[in-house]
Amino acid sequence: MTQYTIRRILYSIPVLIGILIVTFVIARSIPGDPCKAMLGEKATAEVCERFNREQGLDKPIPVQFWIYMKDIARGNFGRSIRYSRPVTIILIERLPLTLELGAIALILAILVGIPLGVLSAVKRNSIIDVITMLIANTGVSMPVYWLGLMLAYVFALVLRGTPIALPPSGRVTAGVMPTPFYEVFGMAVVDGTFKYHFLEFFANIYTFNSILVGEWDVLWDTLKHLILPSVALSTIPLSIIARMTRSSMLEVLRQDYIRTARAKGLRERLVILKHAFRNALLPISTIIGLQLGTLFAGAVLTESIFGLAGVGRMLFEAITARDFPIVQAFTVVIAVGYVIANLLVDLSYAFIDPRIKLD
Amino acid sequence: MDSIPLEPEAVQTKDYRSNSLFWVTLRSIFRQRSAIIGGTILIILVLVAIFAPLLAPYDPEEVLIGKEDISKRQAPCIHLLGCPEDQPQHILGVDGNVRDEFSRVIYGTRVSLFIGFSTVGFAIIVGTLLGALGGYIGGWVDNLIMRVMDVLLAFPSLLLAIAIVTVLGRGLQNALLAIAIVSIPRYARVIRGSVLSIKEQEFVSASRALGGGHMHILFRRILPNAIPPLIVQGTLGIAAAILEAAALSFLGLGAQPPTPEWGTMLGSERNQVFTAPHLVFFPGLAIMVTVLSFNLLGDGLRDAIDPRLKE
Repeated sequence: MTQYTIRRILYSIPVLIGILIVTFVIARSIPGDPCKAMLGEKATAEVCERFNREQGLDKPIPVQFWIYMKDIARGNFGRSIRYSRPVTIILIERLPLTLELGAIALILAILVGIPLGVLSAVKRNSIIDVITMLIANTGVSMPVYWLGLMLAYVFALVLRGTPIALPPSGRVTAGVMPTPFYEVFGMAVVDGTFKYHFLEFFANIYTFNSILVGEWDVLWDTLKHLILPSVALSTIPLSIIARMTRSSMLEVLRQDYIRTARAKGLRERLVILKHAFRNALLPISTIIGLQLGTLFAGAVLTESIFGLAGVGRMLFEAITARDFPIVQAFTVVIAVGYVIANLLVDLSYAFIDPRIKLD
Repeated sequence: MDSIPLEPEAVQTKDYRSNSLFWVTLRSIFRQRSAIIGGTILIILVLVAIFAPLLAPYDPEEVLIGKEDISKRQAPCIHLLGCPEDQPQHILGVDGNVRDEFSRVIYGTRVSLFIGFSTVGFAIIVGTLLGALGGYIGGWVDNLIMRVMDVLLAFPSLLLAIAIVTVLGRGLQNALLAIAIVSIPRYARVIRGSVLSIKEQEFVSASRALGGGHMHILFRRILPNAIPPLIVQGTLGIAAAILEAAALSFLGLGAQPPTPEWGTMLGSERNQVFTAPHLVFFPGLAIMVTVLSFNLLGDGLRDAIDPRLKE
């Protein structure tokens, strides 16, 4: 097991280096002179020369790549062109919202998708199965941004004034201001220090912060704002998880040991949950890991629909504004996060299925 | 001697034609409900695309200002449903530039189907070559190709497509190229897997023993046998490609106005969702129906061709 873990980690290193190379190449190939982009169109040749020397842009490409790798290892992603602030700080500010949104969407997808899939498999070919799979197939085919806009239309406009009306944009209602937990707990922090940004990161996960502090009205307000975006974001993962659960369950239910379990008089509920579902879990967990990519890509669309200032929307804005330090940093972080998440999924196999010795 | 009963095998070979793999497969495809539904929707969509000029009452790019008494973003007007006869009929209303939305949605079918088939066609050709070479040659060539594919797969596909379009510049052509590049790995993997298992089979050894060259063995013996899973992946891939292209266009990176592309149409009217929801609803519905048809067909084909390929 340890050996497998180590090998699996080593195996992802070339992929991680590949990601860095691809992002480096993409960022360097974005058309336009970085000096002119950074200092403005009127920058003179001398100014640009000095800028390039300072930024290391006059060095050979392999040297530039080496500097870039070293900077990333130190968590230094350079400065944003548009905001002239360190990219790492911007990332720390933006990431909590995206993580919160993604986590809620994923939880929703799992909590609804798996039971739907199990139900569908157990009641195979029944009307429940047909309807569930119809919903799942439609869900997979739905453009996230379209669903988001339609949900906003229905819940914010058509149902306005009813108790189930929901806000179409923003993170909290204007005027609602969560108190950071470190202030409530009387922790002394100085603006701009590492400790400040570290604590601010967690305080920026509003749901987490408001539970910690006990601001229940803020929690409710945050959740209300998160419902529509996370429902929109979760549709595709939910449908894929439901379909995978169904086919994986059907596969397992055909096995001899299920017949044995039934033959020895076990209650059906026990057969399904304990014998069938546990064995069907492996492919389901793989597919859940793969959904993280869908979630990140979906975040770009969902955040821009619902006016949420997260990583996805920032990345898109940076791309259109040619703010390449941000593009580079955010892409690396997302891709690396994706690789690590799938690594964890792979490693979890051994816990889900003890038969896998992972040799 | 004539009275000797036929061996069971001989009986089977008698009906050789109708029991050939092709017919068996075709029959099992027709037994799949989802394949039939998906295929039917797809045929209708193809017909709509072909006969778009006959179905669409207006030119999709024709601005109707001054030609008819209508204002921009006017709600749908259908005479059969009680819209006054003296008003011009616009089944799905008119858009922000006073163009007939219905005609634009109809013509959009052409764009989307073209996007789906062209990107997947390109990706399949490149992916097949890479996967086949890797699987057949093995060794460091295989390793190199597959590691590059791993890296491409490590990026969420829409994100990588966005990044590539940024480098290449916005526009439909570049968006297509980006989506094609992003989807190469899935085909390379499928083909590599098939080639690896097929190349160990006896008929390949036989072909080699008969003096068949590498090209002959790879392209005439192995690849034709690796096609079925590719068809399934390709069909599902078209669905994904259409969805991604629409997303790129929605973000303003793909097809540019006035092209009647559904994602672009939706994107340019997104801020009007509260005042003119029909301009968001119908293009999105069109995307969904089209993607759904390919997904259903792909699922059905998979179950018919190889049930083990599920997800």
